[in-house]
Amino acid sequence: MIRDITIGQYYPANSLIHRLDPRVKIVCTLIFLVSLFVQNSFLGYMIATVFLAAVIKISKVPLKFIVKGLKAIVILLMFTVVMNLFLTKGGEELVHIGFIRIYENGLRTCVFMAIRLIYLIIGSSLMTLTTTPNMLTDGIEKLLHPLNKIHCPVHEVAMMMSIALRFIPILLEETDKIMKAQIARGADMESGNLIQRTKAMVPILVPLFVSAFRRANDLAMAMEARCYHGGDGRTKMKPLIYRGTDYMAYTVTILYMIAVVVIGHFVAFKLWIF
Amino acid sequence: MAIELKHINYIYSPGTAYEKHALKDINLVIPDGQFMGIIGHTGSGKSTLIQHFNGLIRATSGELNYNGENIYADGYNMKQLRSQVGLVFQYPEHQLFEVDVFTDVCFGPKNQGLSKEECEKRAREALELVGFPEKYYRQSPFELSGGQKRRAAIAGVLAMQPQVLILDEPTAGLDPKGRDEILDQIAHLHERTGMTVILVSHSMEDIAKYVDRILVMNHGEKMLEGIPKEVFAYYRELEQVGLAAPQVTYIMHDLKEEGLTVNTDATTIEEAAEEIMRSFHD
Repeated sequence: MIRDITIGQYYPANSLIHRLDPRVKIVCTLIFLVSLFVQNSFLGYMIATVFLAAVIKISKVPLKFIVKGLKAIVILLMFTVVMNLFLTKGGEELVHIGFIRIYENGLRTCVFMAIRLIYLIIGSSLMTLTTTPNMLTDGIEKLLHPLNKIHCPVHEVAMMMSIALRFIPILLEETDKIMKAQIARGADMESGNLIQRTKAMVPILVPLFVSAFRRANDLAMAMEARCYHGGDGRTKMKPLIYRGTDYMAYTVTILYMIAVVVIGHFVAFKLWIF
Repeated sequence: MAIELKHINYIYSPGTAYEKHALKDINLVIPDGQFMGIIGHTGSGKSTLIQHFNGLIRATSGELNYNGENIYADGYNMKQLRSQVGLVFQYPEHQLFEVDVFTDVCFGPKNQGLSKEECEKRAREALELVGFPEKYYRQSPFELSGGQKRRAAIAGVLAMQPQVLILDEPTAGLDPKGRDEILDQIAHLHERTGMTVILVSHSMEDIAKYVDRILVMNHGEKMLEGIPKEVFAYYRELEQVGLAAPQVTYIMHDLKEEGLTVNTDATTIEEAAEEIMRSFHD
């Protein structure tokens, strides 16, 4: 039922990528995303493909899970591809059937845009697949730490984020439970018109809100009982420390970036029109 | 033959990294009118099992018959099944939502399509059965004490007048007094109405006193099944899976080891006292 929904979509495995510092993964993902947009040449994308394939291989995440993330953008992808294919003019005319005209530049942009979008989604979902939501917030907090200087409450925001993330599965489970309990009492949520169905939600929403408030209350109490008073002077049980592999990951990514830029811009290799 | 399970298997989230084989080849028959206890450690599959009884969870494979009819057959009336097999979830008070207790208890019968008068009559009966004081009928369910909330929630299921009542850890989070009261009330209910009662718990102490038959679950499998005496005889095996026999069982075994000629079958304090007295008289 509802528990099949995965948010944060972390895929538990024990791989080099999983063990990397979350800061490395965030920064490297950003570099990778930028690398997709600073150039458009066949060789550049070849390197990106090799890089991405290698990371996927090392991460031990089955390709099935990675491809699943693409389902969400199928429509956007189709739209972009079609628009670019038919509306971009320039270069040689390749196809001319009635009012449909496809130009060299159109085909080129459409293919590259599709690759960019697909890699963008794969790259970022690879990050969320290999990093637990809590690690991600930890990493973001640490990366944004300098913003504290301009009185931006980085720690508080990060804390709220991790609490919100932590509560998603709990509330989902709770919803599932309450739904089942009301179904067991004969509640019918599937039939009837819109008004009847909205009304049928009341027996679920009321207990859910009550329980959310109860849990918030309990959590606040528990945090206070442990003398939580915000981020000032707070130390971590597992502080983020860069290790050898983390530096190596940075190096590899930066080398990759340089390779993409250099080869993409200065090596004149063309495969047909690409 | 009320509920009959044949080779029931259940797998959570098959095909993902979270796949879990929660029930493994369960065969079980629960006759009408029996008071049955299901015991198991956290994660042993007992909550998953009972949700099969009223069709909330559909088995991955296997067959479940209620009164001889296969509930997975096409066109089987699930709604009717759910009104005949009442399920009280863990912490049932978390499902209360109406403005007052009485209206909340009426929710079940109202969903069965009964008239307003009939709903109210059933609600009144159900609240009486669980010993809910009448002066609180018009109170908001959120203002009651934990024990009263739980009674109100159990009444909410009873008002549907099910033939089978399943209770998932009805005493969780209650103090010892509240626990005994609820359990006594359930035993009383079973006697008075003759309905089948299935009590889920992880405490042998709770169950030993009341039930006719015990099913012990472990890692999604049926580990032991039988009358309390038979099951407690395996107290060493029970310990290995993180369960314990009632303290009485241990005392009786210790006494026997010390040379007292007692029978180790006793499951309740009263039985044990009687048995010890008898051995002294001999």
